[in-house]
Amino acid sequence: MPVFDVNKVRSDFPILGTHVHGKPLIYADNAASTQKPQQVMDSISDLYSNHYANIHRGVHYLSQKSTALYEGARETVKNFIHAKKIEEIIFVRGTTEGINLIASSYLEPLLKAGDEILLSEMEHHSNIIPWQLTAERTGAILTIIPLLENGELNLSVLPTLLSSRVRLVAVTQMSNSLGTLNDISRIIELAHQQSIPVLIDGAQSIAHMAIDVQKLDCDFFVFSGHKIYGPTGIGALYAKEKHLLNMRPYQGGGDMILSVSFEKTEYNDIPYKFEAGTPNIEGAIGMATALDYVSDLTIEAIAEYEQELLAYATKIFTAIEGLHIIGTAPHKGSIISFVLDGIHPHDVGTVMDMEGVAVRTGHHCTQPVMEHYHIPATTRVSLSFYNTFEEIDDIAKAITKVKELMG
Amino acid sequence: MSELRELYQEVILDHNKNPRNFMKLKVHSHHANGHNPLCGDKLELYLDVVDGVIKDISFVGSGCAISTSSASLMTQFLKGKTVDESRHYFESFHDLVTGKALSEEKLEQLGKLAVFAGVQEFPARIKCASLSWHTLMNALDSKDETAATE
Repeated sequence: MPVFDVNKVRSDFPILGTHVHGKPLIYADNAASTQKPQQVMDSISDLYSNHYANIHRGVHYLSQKSTALYEGARETVKNFIHAKKIEEIIFVRGTTEGINLIASSYLEPLLKAGDEILLSEMEHHSNIIPWQLTAERTGAILTIIPLLENGELNLSVLPTLLSSRVRLVAVTQMSNSLGTLNDISRIIELAHQQSIPVLIDGAQSIAHMAIDVQKLDCDFFVFSGHKIYGPTGIGALYAKEKHLLNMRPYQGGGDMILSVSFEKTEYNDIPYKFEAGTPNIEGAIGMATALDYVSDLTIEAIAEYEQELLAYATKIFTAIEGLHIIGTAPHKGSIISFVLDGIHPHDVGTVMDMEGVAVRTGHHCTQPVMEHYHIPATTRVSLSFYNTFEEIDDIAKAITKVKELMG
Repeated sequence: MSELRELYQEVILDHNKNPRNFMKLKVHSHHANGHNPLCGDKLELYLDVVDGVIKDISFVGSGCAISTSSASLMTQFLKGKTVDESRHYFESFHDLVTGKALSEEKLEQLGKLAVFAGVQEFPARIKCASLSWHTLMNALDSKDETAATE
């Protein structure tokens, strides 16, 4: 078995050496946001120290340099998710904006009253509300792929749900509250049999598995930079070129036009048509550095190590009396949500924090999932390749402390 | 662990496990729902106010130890107090959990509720402690003051 050199990667993340409440930090809130390696910070610093100016159209040296770095970042994203063309990569603020863009520019003009948008019961609020807003404006309705008790989607009902009124399927590849990895290949295949396009929410999956949008054949794929060791406020939307060419602009502004008069505006080519205004230049460059960092480690090695962490943590946590894991699908990413008998997650989170352990407590922006399990909230341990087996032991000890104090 | 012991004092743990006045009031003059969407805490508060005095008060709901014990201790504390006094205690309690200076007299008036002083060290938990009190204010301010029976 290849040994993943966790100590080496940890040394790239300065924050992992810090202390919280006098205890060494154990950062297990990676599904909310990941920490940043020095390389990402250096790339942003290098941009501002040596190369920065506004991009596109500038004839001077720095503008051309910044443009090259920004467009290079687009190339990096394209390669990372194996898109066919760089024109298919739109920089957005994050997953949320990517989904809103598709709802507004792709879907809404197609929708008629009574049309359906098919989501799943495990979606993050950001993959529910944009569709809900679009549905409210058009009279379309949301239909839902239900959850099974173990946290998998009940795909046996999918053929029935893919009615002739469905105009789009939007599902997550990996649940942020349950950890479930969905069989999106099957979802896409079944949807495409009915000529229904599919959007994949890759916010969680992007950092944990290899993504090949051409092999998946998804129509749209969205993710955020900050969940894959990059900066906040930047993400990418992949859309098949054939869709982008027919989509109306998302926002109006500079850079998304070819010519403007008060009578008529001619829009720029894709992808620029969808990037109005000066974009998040440092964000795109920082995100590309993060993707390069992950590529250097290889996503396959990361996935293998994280699966070992997940298996170990599942074993250790299951042995804690009164602890119940929410989400026990056979295929999961490195997320463990749990409840403790008689102890509210909020109290769990506070006590664990005092032990230096950063976990998230609450509904994780998936209130329908909480409804499904009849619980108000869970405590979520979400692991990254920089977590260690020793940290999992310490997290288990912190959970035991919670029980001692509150039990 | 000392800050944690300050937060989770025995009386708080006790009221969390065995909340007092934990029921719906069949006869009540005021009622309000409290919800903390961040952590999913939900509570329903019932008051029976007669001639400006809180004759009876109760709550039901689910929440963390801090919010449950705060609601429980609040109902015990307010029974028999006037509505005007309750508003005054709301201010004092709010000052207590947010760490504002509180006069000896006001602190003494709060009695057992002083156990929530530890919350000020945990800013994320202030909302938990004050949920029942905000719900109280909503109930008292609600226009519907006619007695309801269920």
